[in-house]
Amino acid sequence: MNKMTLNLGPQHPSTHGVLRLILELEGEKVISCEPDIGYLHRGMEKIAESRSYIQYLPMVDRVDYLCGFFYSYAFCNAVEHLNHIEVPQYANYIRVMMMELNRIASHLLWLGTYLLDLGAISPMFYTFRERESILDYFEKITGQRMMYNYFVFGGVRHNILYFDDVLNIVNNILFKINEYENLITDNPIFLSRTKGVGVISKTKALDWGLTGPNLRASGILNDYRMNMEIYDDIEFDIVLSNEGDCYSRYIVRIYEMRESVFIIKQCIDWLKSNKVIPDPVKFSHNEYQKGEIYSFVEAPRGLTLCYLNSVGETTPYRLKWRTGSFYSTQILRDILKGVSLADIMAIYGSLDVVLPEVDR
Amino acid sequence: MNFLLCKFIELLKNFNIPDSIGILLFLPLPFFVIISFLIITVIFLVLFERKLLGYFTQRKGPNRVGVWGILQTTADAIKLLCKENIELLSADKFLFTLSPLVAFSAIIILWCIIPYNSEFNMINSSVGILIYLIVSSFPMLFHFLAGYSSNNKYSIIGSYRALALTASYSVPVIFIILSIVCITRTMNLNKIVLFQTSYWLIFSNFLGFIIFYISSIAKLNRCPFDLSEAESELVCGYHTEYSGMRFAMFFLGEYAELFVMCMLISILFFGGYLPPFGIYLSNILSGNCSLCRYLIYFEQTFWLIFKTLIIIFSIIWVRATLPRLTQKKVLELFWKYLTPLSIVNLIIIILMRI
Repeated sequence: MNKMTLNLGPQHPSTHGVLRLILELEGEKVISCEPDIGYLHRGMEKIAESRSYIQYLPMVDRVDYLCGFFYSYAFCNAVEHLNHIEVPQYANYIRVMMMELNRIASHLLWLGTYLLDLGAISPMFYTFRERESILDYFEKITGQRMMYNYFVFGGVRHNILYFDDVLNIVNNILFKINEYENLITDNPIFLSRTKGVGVISKTKALDWGLTGPNLRASGILNDYRMNMEIYDDIEFDIVLSNEGDCYSRYIVRIYEMRESVFIIKQCIDWLKSNKVIPDPVKFSHNEYQKGEIYSFVEAPRGLTLCYLNSVGETTPYRLKWRTGSFYSTQILRDILKGVSLADIMAIYGSLDVVLPEVDR
Repeated sequence: MNFLLCKFIELLKNFNIPDSIGILLFLPLPFFVIISFLIITVIFLVLFERKLLGYFTQRKGPNRVGVWGILQTTADAIKLLCKENIELLSADKFLFTLSPLVAFSAIIILWCIIPYNSEFNMINSSVGILIYLIVSSFPMLFHFLAGYSSNNKYSIIGSYRALALTASYSVPVIFIILSIVCITRTMNLNKIVLFQTSYWLIFSNFLGFIIFYISSIAKLNRCPFDLSEAESELVCGYHTEYSGMRFAMFFLGEYAELFVMCMLISILFFGGYLPPFGIYLSNILSGNCSLCRYLIYFEQTFWLIFKTLIIIFSIIWVRATLPRLTQKKVLELFWKYLTPLSIVNLIIIILMRI
């Protein structure tokens, strides 16, 4: 049979951004796949070298527009550690609460678009409805729906939080997740599209540097929230699945949303019981310490590292991002070999790749 | 049809027009009636689907053009008419233009076979259902040619998928239609409807209905069997390269086929134009006046469309709920389950009828 080279993307309805997959096809079977990235490169790392820290802060949310809080946190955390700024515990809990809400919003968007990739149109509208309630809350608190600029060095911008709103939102989401599961989880067509499709073995997942839910779906217990100081007093379970196929990546994310709700409730309990609200930490933006530091955070798409090298100027000397989606994109050339064309979208969608985050 | 023809000639006699000219004048009339009915139905069917999908997904659907968005699809159709027809230099121009035309006109023929009421049946053939089977395979063939001629990789993949699908759903459809012919002992659609005066065929051929329903969703190329135009994989499948009026032909043709296929389902299994309770409402309402006879025809058409819309509603509901199957699974479903089941169904019915 003749081979055919198919350029999937960069303009394609379900690459969710501008990814180009150069596919060698034999009939509908993929012989080789070459992911081509870089269509959304914005030079986020280079820009940091010519912006002062406080000027760069609003930009970090744009590394990944679906979960800006995590990138804000990673950058703030790096700067705080380098300059020995003590963040009040109260602000830490607010940060955790906001990040977990953001994780739910991000996973909800993934769920909707993944089902859209599989050809089901309704779940997208249902998940966007719940995501909307979270974004409305973010808008109420931070003034922005996606680019929050809410975390600042030494804490958060302000601490006027409407806890009842959050509780209503998360309780509703907990209820709606059950509804999604009724619609999706046991659907035979969904099972046939995802079970045993795109299996990533433990060794393969580690070799390609997968992190986050994709890694946990392959049965490896690795959640960087375990190592983060701000999660020290918070109880939560780590969701694991052993199969490593698309279905386990789906189920891991579904249960992670429930865990996030659990974490948010703990945060609210702590924040409500703690009546002493500290003043925001103040420090001079003219005196930055020398040194280099890696800060990390467990983002919805895996481990996010922020490398910061400072020579004591008001701008970073070098800044580097490590994001989860970059590694999820690279593994495509391995796991797409031998699958059929229809499964490409099922596999690619299940990895939850966000292209701006890949290219920065 | 003869009754309508007599009435028409009587009407023309009042103007001193001879019978032979009357017959000639009458010949194209039913066709024009069907064409205008088709276009109006299709335009509102698109709106119906968009509205329904809107409410299924917690939206309002189109609600800006006209009252409740009632003119939305009309505006869309006009927009498509005015758009430029883009074609690739490397495309096969003859086939590229021919395919949407033939695909659409084949569907018009399907509309002419359907008995809309006991009088209005343009092609009242003794093998009506056979004609339906043959003509209904035309659109898929020309979908294939459209994809082939547009010289686009997505289109070609979509075309191959369409061909593979055609081979698999046709077999159960033919077996189910055979089983219905076994029960009714006629291939004339009008007689099949009249056979169901006492009970609908769905009660004697329930398994057949289920298989036919699934196969017809595949035939209509709709979710969950919309492999050949899978948006998330193949962009638009066979009509990726089409634009303007040629695209409109495919688009409207798809909905015209949906409507006529659902009319066929209601004729084969739900008693077609017969009223659901065995009594004509117009008989009760108007007593025995002379107009009553005409009212019945309208009521019959109403019942046919009513049943059709319910089936269409269920098909749209399926579309709003299910993800898309892969080709492997579709072939498995049809060849491993539905085809053997339809053969078993046919054998059981033959044994019962002996």
